[in-house]
Amino acid sequence: MGDILKLVAKRLGLGLITLFVVSILIFFAVELLPGDIAQAVLGQAATQETVAALREKLGLDQPAIFRYLQWLGGALTGDFGVSLVSGERVSAAIGGRFVSTLFLATYAAVIAVPISIVLGVIVALLRNTLFDRVANVVTLTSISSPEFFLGYILILYLAVKTNYFPAIASLSSDMTFAELLHRTFLPALTLVLVVTAHMMRMTRAAIINLLASPYIEMARLKGVPPWKVIVKHALPNAWAPIINVVALNLAYLITGVVLVEVVFVYPGIGQLLVDAVAKRDFPIVQACCLIFAATFILLNLAADVGAILTNPRLRHPK
Amino acid sequence: MVPRKDVLLRITDLRIEGYSDEQWNEIVHGVSLTLHKGEVLGLIGESGAGKSTIGLAAMGFARDGCRISGGSIEFDGMELTTTPQSDLRALRGSRIAYVAQSAASSFNPAHRIIDQHTEAPIQYRIQKRVEAQEDAMQLYERLRLPNPGEIGFRYPHQVSGGQLQRAMTAMAMACRPDLIIFDEPTTALDVTTQIEVLAAIRDIVDQFNTAAIYITHDLAVVAQMADTIKVLLKGEEVEEAPTEEMLDTPKEDYTKSLWAVRSFKRPQKQRPSDPDTLPIVSVQGIDASYGKTRVLEDVSFDIYPGMTVAVVGESGSGKSTTARCITGLLPPDKGQILFNGEPLPPRYQDRTKEQLRQVQMIYQMADTALNPKIRICDIIGRPAQFYGGLQGTALKSRVDELLDLIELEPSQFYNRLPTELSGGQKQRVGIARALAANPAFIICDEVTSALDQLVAEGILKLLDRLQQEFNLAYMFITHDLATVRSIADEVVVMQKGKVVEQGPKDVMFKPPHHPYTDLLLSSVPEMDPNWLTTLLEERGTDQIGEAADV
Repeated sequence: MGDILKLVAKRLGLGLITLFVVSILIFFAVELLPGDIAQAVLGQAATQETVAALREKLGLDQPAIFRYLQWLGGALTGDFGVSLVSGERVSAAIGGRFVSTLFLATYAAVIAVPISIVLGVIVALLRNTLFDRVANVVTLTSISSPEFFLGYILILYLAVKTNYFPAIASLSSDMTFAELLHRTFLPALTLVLVVTAHMMRMTRAAIINLLASPYIEMARLKGVPPWKVIVKHALPNAWAPIINVVALNLAYLITGVVLVEVVFVYPGIGQLLVDAVAKRDFPIVQACCLIFAATFILLNLAADVGAILTNPRLRHPK
Repeated sequence: MVPRKDVLLRITDLRIEGYSDEQWNEIVHGVSLTLHKGEVLGLIGESGAGKSTIGLAAMGFARDGCRISGGSIEFDGMELTTTPQSDLRALRGSRIAYVAQSAASSFNPAHRIIDQHTEAPIQYRIQKRVEAQEDAMQLYERLRLPNPGEIGFRYPHQVSGGQLQRAMTAMAMACRPDLIIFDEPTTALDVTTQIEVLAAIRDIVDQFNTAAIYITHDLAVVAQMADTIKVLLKGEEVEEAPTEEMLDTPKEDYTKSLWAVRSFKRPQKQRPSDPDTLPIVSVQGIDASYGKTRVLEDVSFDIYPGMTVAVVGESGSGKSTTARCITGLLPPDKGQILFNGEPLPPRYQDRTKEQLRQVQMIYQMADTALNPKIRICDIIGRPAQFYGGLQGTALKSRVDELLDLIELEPSQFYNRLPTELSGGQKQRVGIARALAANPAFIICDEVTSALDQLVAEGILKLLDRLQQEFNLAYMFITHDLATVRSIADEVVVMQKGKVVEQGPKDVMFKPPHHPYTDLLLSSVPEMDPNWLTTLLEERGTDQIGEAADV
């Protein structure tokens, strides 16, 4: 286990370096946005003087590298600055939104991950049967349709026509947990439909890939029933690719939900980011991008550790 | 000879089809066999003879892409061709068991050995888990595995190949089956380990009076194990006879050719008498390691122009690592390699094109050493272009010339892909690729060990002809002493990364030997059916156990 701790520490270190590089990219990408930030914030009607005053206030008259270091220094101490539009602290503006996004992602993941893996195992067992084809067509259709389209279809059938679920997933602080689950069910379901196909197909492929191996033939020749061949003999050796795909999809659930949030008017971080980009609220854009980058890095790290923990060669060295 | 008892398995006119090129082709054409209780039948033949397919059919099993298309398989009064899958499954593991060729890949890497062992007895409710584990340990002890109480609780990758093969035999015995199919169980093992596994299998089959079908391509091995031998060729029976009769008086020409296959021998060359002649390659005091693990220690030997030096030893003895040092793939920690008296830079990146050209390699697995997407003309043409600077018609005529040299008709093979060639043809292309650079020295790494004996002999003859024609020096890495006998001029014996003995072949094959050389030599199976018994008596059981587990 000591080796694994060492590996995690090493990967975390590398993750931090990656994050640092990403922060440079983000900062200068925002710099590249066309037009003057002060001008964009104040609008067309602003006078020369007010623009110049704001530029000075924001420190825009100083060289970019200096402002980057200042921003980085703040970020390291948890201070991401203040929103240019609302004047609110960035951490306060993002905090609640990020929790909402995390909640929606978790909700979708808790449904999608078990379903995809179980379905993947079943289609691997029933490969090339009607069930396999139907499952493939259905999941592929759902992954190929744009999320906003899926979202509107769900709204049409589950909200407008039948009234089972609310069409708008607005949150209020006095809701019970059950109400919360009910209200956010449609966006969660949309996300489930989007990510299931990928994970299910990878599970199927990873298992089928192993079915030609000698130890699977050996299991069959020992009289092991087909379902047990898949679950006990193939699946434990197929975890590494499955875990990787799950991690990628979890990251997508957090960073790629903008459209779903817009469709369901869900107060998540994606919507915040889109608004901030439109208004040149660059402290918020930078902070959101850093959070997304950190999410990817952490989930990939988790996938690597998971792949190691499921590999007996690495878990039980000679 | 086992007295005739009850018939256990009767296969009549078995036909099996395989699916390829979008149609079903018959690959086993009406083979029949009868096996009595407690009898061991040896199935022998080259690859493609249908041995494994027939062995699996005896369990009512056909691999994906194969189907049993005709004939009958009667096991203890039960017709397996018409038995439903669920009943067949109930037979497998309990009454008919299977021992695969490579235990290392046939044990599931995700589970402990003993859990795989007890799977069948628990599933068939023969034993509870604890009883099954105790029984497993007893079987491990009978098969002379070290630490029988503990070894099962390890994962397959933590156990050596020979031990795994014995653990797999134990696993096959778990439900005390009536019949075991042994599918080349020792082919992947070193000779010294092979003996231990053969002895263990023979003992346990005797003890439980289990009937067995023993599949192999090695005659000398089957002679030790089987009561009766059946020779197969391309899915058809050639002949069947009791072992001794088959060895003494084979009737069919094909069988005789199998028996005679190791007859190729070329005269042994001596080192040049002129003391000024430099060795083409001189390995001087090489130490090398992978990471922190030292794998070579003070390895030295010389190879003179036009001569073949065979490097022999078990797997892990450092033969291939030495080759990697000579080619510059693995820079040694210490020592140097001289080429015609000039030191070669340790890393291939630092060598000149001319230095790289002089040292070429031929690999064991022609299957994986040739890029399947590249045509033969390009595989052979590339080194000719790279080292010789040939272009256009000059390049084409050079490739034609090389194809002629390896006895493949240029007009037929020029544009083919490797997948369209047989194993022997692929290996010939591998030779042509090495030859294309016009080298003075070629390293042959187990070039014949993946081939059938007849095909292997063709390759050896080809290599010999090329050597005479171009005065090539070979470093011939092998674990097969029969090959050494037929082509080597000098022999280097390696063990655990060190050279234990070296010298001219005639001297090396005559006693007195270094103890390890002796162990290697005496472990090579001989055609005599009593060879194993005699050898085991001579050695005493303890000594083999140690030798095999090093």
